[in-house]
Parts: sequence; structure tokens; C-alpha cells
Amino acid sequence: MIRVDEKGFYGKFGGAYIPEMLHPNIEELRDNYESIVASEEFQQEFQLLLRDFVGRPTPLYFASRLSETFGAKIYLKREDLCHTGAHKVNNTIGQIILAKKLGKKRIIAETGAGQHGVATATVCALMGMDCTVYMGELDIERQRPNVERMKILGAKVVPATSGSKTLKDATNEAMRQWINNPVDTHYIIGSVVGPHPYPEMVARFQSVISEEMKWQLKEKEGRENPDLVIACVGGGSNAAGAFYHYYNTPDVRLIAAEAAGMGISSGKSAATTVLGTPGILHGSKTILMQTEDGQVVEPHSISAGLDYPGIGPVHAHLFDIGRGEFVAVEDEDAMKAGILLSRTEGIIPAIETAHAIHALNLIEYRSDDVIVINLSGRGDKDLETYIKWGGY
Amino acid sequence: MNRIHYLFNNKKERVLSIYFTAGFPHLEDTILVMEAIQAGGADIIEIGVPYSDPIADGPTIQDSNKIALDNGMSMKVLFEQLKGFRAKIHIPVVLMGYLNPIIQFGMEDFCKKCKEVGIDGLIVPDLPMQQYLDEFKSLFEEYGLVNTFLISPQTSEKRIREIDENTDGFIYMVSSHAITGAKSGISEEQIIYFKRVQEMNLKNPRLIGFGISDAETFTTASRYSHGAIIGSAFIKTVKDSKNLSEDIKNYLQSVLKN
Repeated sequence: MIRVDEKGFYGKFGGAYIPEMLHPNIEELRDNYESIVASEEFQQEFQLLLRDFVGRPTPLYFASRLSETFGAKIYLKREDLCHTGAHKVNNTIGQIILAKKLGKKRIIAETGAGQHGVATATVCALMGMDCTVYMGELDIERQRPNVERMKILGAKVVPATSGSKTLKDATNEAMRQWINNPVDTHYIIGSVVGPHPYPEMVARFQSVISEEMKWQLKEKEGRENPDLVIACVGGGSNAAGAFYHYYNTPDVRLIAAEAAGMGISSGKSAATTVLGTPGILHGSKTILMQTEDGQVVEPHSISAGLDYPGIGPVHAHLFDIGRGEFVAVEDEDAMKAGILLSRTEGIIPAIETAHAIHALNLIEYRSDDVIVINLSGRGDKDLETYIKWGGY
Repeated sequence: MNRIHYLFNNKKERVLSIYFTAGFPHLEDTILVMEAIQAGGADIIEIGVPYSDPIADGPTIQDSNKIALDNGMSMKVLFEQLKGFRAKIHIPVVLMGYLNPIIQFGMEDFCKKCKEVGIDGLIVPDLPMQQYLDEFKSLFEEYGLVNTFLISPQTSEKRIREIDENTDGFIYMVSSHAITGAKSGISEEQIIYFKRVQEMNLKNPRLIGFGISDAETFTTASRYSHGAIIGSAFIKTVKDSKNLSEDIKNYLQSVLKN
């Protein structure tokens, strides 16, 4: 049975390894989130916003030309059609309602590609909350359009200038700011990482993805379960959402595509399950890329959203027990897969998502298999990276 | 007797603990800095083990951590440097380090090494109390290491009592809602918090840290506790120092003057 235990662990991974200064915040969240989220009032507001603001349910689209290309029945779960362009908003909607119920006045968030930052800035504008987003200096450069979107939405974008100046450092900075503002501020973490209860809470807000997949597949295929679900994994929020209702259905293969960057052994990679070992990152025990001395290694991926040295504890657990199949996709292959999807289906995917498309080349499947790929985001934000790469 | 216990048995006020980052500003400065801290009249030395992701620390200590790592500091190098330091240093020495490098070294090996070289206590800011009790308490005790917990203005009375129950060295009172080095000066609000904890009559002595930088803040903090911890301000003092021993002595004298 894959589920979080009461101490916040999935098997060996998870927990809440946090400075004492954050204990009251985490305790407040842990003690209240389940009852708030379970309440009728919360659910009504959440479901209404998912429908009318985000545009859910997102379509489950049968990709016929892609299916022909690969020789399987391939469906795309169109999270790219969510308002703001990616699945990230499912979680920010949930957390902003929660923050309001907890009486918080201010929101902080970290962002890598900027999708979570935009999704956070969006719901803050929607609710009239003050919003500050921490973003690595390097990511600010390579995701300019998203930075401007956040600013247009009224958020303050603060550069994280330490370390690799990417998602890991933005997360450190957001945690520090939470320590500095513990009373009136809620920290909206964007992935299934961080101290308990964040990984499970974020996964639950994202679980709407597989919840919809089930009834949509039932309609289209006469069965709720596909043979495979494929998703990309940085921290792993879209994968957690797409896998959630299939964790305990062993017939459904769960495929996670990590970023191999410039190659596993190039020293410029973010393939955590290949290169990582158990340790502690951002408040939870997980698998992370680190030196022998336990210093966190700077990752690399062409996609800012996968440029993270760890994975969520639930994914570490899926890997550990062999429930999840992890594949590592190199930058170049992901870019080519992005072009392939653009030309076969008329959908330019986010580069993160393109990693999941390429995974089809790395795994075995049968021609009658039903495969769902979680199309986590659209490629608008990545145009500059596509242009710079130029291979089209 | 553990040197921390001995210290607090004999000194109840104006205890000064100095934090510095091992291997900073230069790799080989560790012992030199420790000697200078002792010579300058401090009571406790807190050696920071540098980490790539110190989430409870502000820019000054982040910076010293990074420089120390770039200098080649690691847990192994540190224990090499610390071999034999007890020939020169007689005051209590505490290691402050984040959990991940310790776990990678191996918790038991780490505790064993600490005892071997003569460390008295540990501060692991991201080791939660429950995890400590469940997994590590017996190891710490076996190797004679005193564990220090942090509390902040947000920590509930109930939890402060639990922490007091589960430690027997000293309690590290974070002075404000802040990471290290974030604020200077002591506000009315902070004094209310200091008094509130003072009136709880805890069994453990209390040292106030974060935002302590000079004679004035040290004296104010000492009025409501057994003393204080200085970190960022000390790091700033040693950062560009051309004469470490002299500059450290002068700095400590300026803090300790009444």
C-alpha cells in the first residue's frame, strides 16, 4: 500500500527535517490542513475554481498521429490547457484557499521555470493577497516571459543569488523568508517536496489529474486503468498527480522521466535516481544528488522545471520499491521530442513535458497498450530555448 | 564531567559563545581561530561545519559556508584538523552542522569522532526533537555529547517544556523571527519574549543567539539569560582580517567590556 504514514513518511522517505523556527508553521499546517481540505466549504470553493477559473476537467486527448508513430494507443492528458499553461495551478488554487482559511495575509513561493510562480501570482491576484516569488537568478534570465507575467499579475520577484542560482536556491531562500515571517505568511511550495505535510498535500491537490483520467478513460476505452502512465519528474508534482489514483493498482505501469541533462556521466545532469543517494533536502528524507561529504550537487537540465537535485519523497519510495520505472532523458532528445509532438499533434509542449514524450523511446510496451502521457505544460514559456537550440 | 556542564555550574551570567565556520577564511585557520576565541575570553566555541544549503542562515554565514567549502573543508578534513586540539583548548567546544553531511558521514562514526577529538556538544538545526528522541538520543549519550535545541518566539510553552525535558546542556534561544544575521539591536517585543522564557524557570541554562553583535546587545541579552551567542558579527570580523589573532582579541574585548 503506497500512502503517507502519520509521521509523514512514504516507506523510508519523507518526514519533516526542519529548523525549530519553522516548527510552529509546519505544525499549524499539519494539524489543520486535512480537516480544512475535507470540509464541504473548502471542496465547494476548490471545485468551482478548478472548473470555472482553471478550466477543468482538462481533455484526455487521443493522439492518433503520435500513436501511429510509436505503435500504441497514446492519450495526452491536456494539463497544458489549464489556465496559466500548466498543471501547477491545481495546487496553488488549493493552497491559496487553505491559506485564507488559516488567516494568512501574505504568500511566498519558490519557482524554477516560473510556471509555479505564475500560478501563485495568479491565485494571489484572484484572492487579493500579497505575493513574493523567489526565483534563481539564472532562471530569471532564461524564463524572462514568466518573470514579466508574475510582475504584471502584481507579484514581487526576488532573485536567489546563492549556489547554482536555480530552483534549489530559490527554495532555500523561500524557506529563510518563511522563518523570517512565520505568523502572517503562508509558503506555497510548488512541488511534492519539502517537509511533511507538503508532499502529500501538493499530491492531493494534483490528484485531480488521475481522478479525471479514470472516468475519461472509462468513457473512451471502457476501462479506468491505462497500461502505462508517463510523466516527467523534477520535484515530481505533475507525476504525483498523474500517478496518485494508480499507486496501488500494480497493473498500471508508472513511468517517470527524469532529466539526464547533457548525459548521465557528463557532470551536467539532473537524473536523481541514477546519480543520487538517500539524504535530506529541503526538509525531507529523499534521494538527492550529493557529494560523498553530503554537500548538495548543482544539477543541470535544459528545462528549468526539472533542474532540481532531488525528487519528492513519494517518488523516492516508488523508485526504492520498484513500483515506478525511471528513465533519464537527455536535453537533446527532449528537444527533439518537443518538435516531434509539435509536428505530429500540433502541440508545442513545455520542455519539461517533452522529456515524458521521449520516454516512449526508452521503454518497452505492446502495440495494444493504452498509454497516458501527462502533458503537464505548454511550450510558450520555452520559445526562447527552442529558438536558441534551433534544431527544427 | 562534560565541559558544558562544568561551565554552567560555575558561571551563571554573561556566558559568551562564539560561532565560526570551520575552514574560514582559509582552510588552515580553524585551530588558530579557536585559540584566538579562547584567548579573547569567550566561554564556548561553536564550530560550524559548512554546508551547501544552510537554510537557517542569512547571507553572511551562507557566504562563509561557501568559501569554506571552496577552500576544501569537509567533515573528514575538520576531524583531521581537530586531532589534538585539546592540548591547547580547554573551554567547551560544540559542533554546529546540518543533518545531511552528518548522516552521510554516519551518525555513529560522527559521534565517535566527536568524542575522540574532544567535542562536548552538538547543535543540529534541522534535526527535529522527535527524530532525535527516536533515532539518535542514545548515541549522543553513549558518546557523552550534549544536544542543544533551538527555540524561537513562536515556540509554544508546551514545546519549550518538552525541549527543556529532553536536553541537559543549554537551550539556544533564537532572539527573533529570523535567520542568522538578519537584524541588529534588541526590541521591546524581544525583551518581552526573553522575560517570558526567563520566568518559566527552566532547568537548562539559556543562551540567546541571532542578532547579537556588540557589547550593548550582549549585555542586554545577558540580563535575561545566562549569556549569548555571536555568529554573523564574528564572521564579519574575521572575513577580511589580515591579523586574525589580533582582530579576534580586539573584537571580543569590545563585546565583553561592561
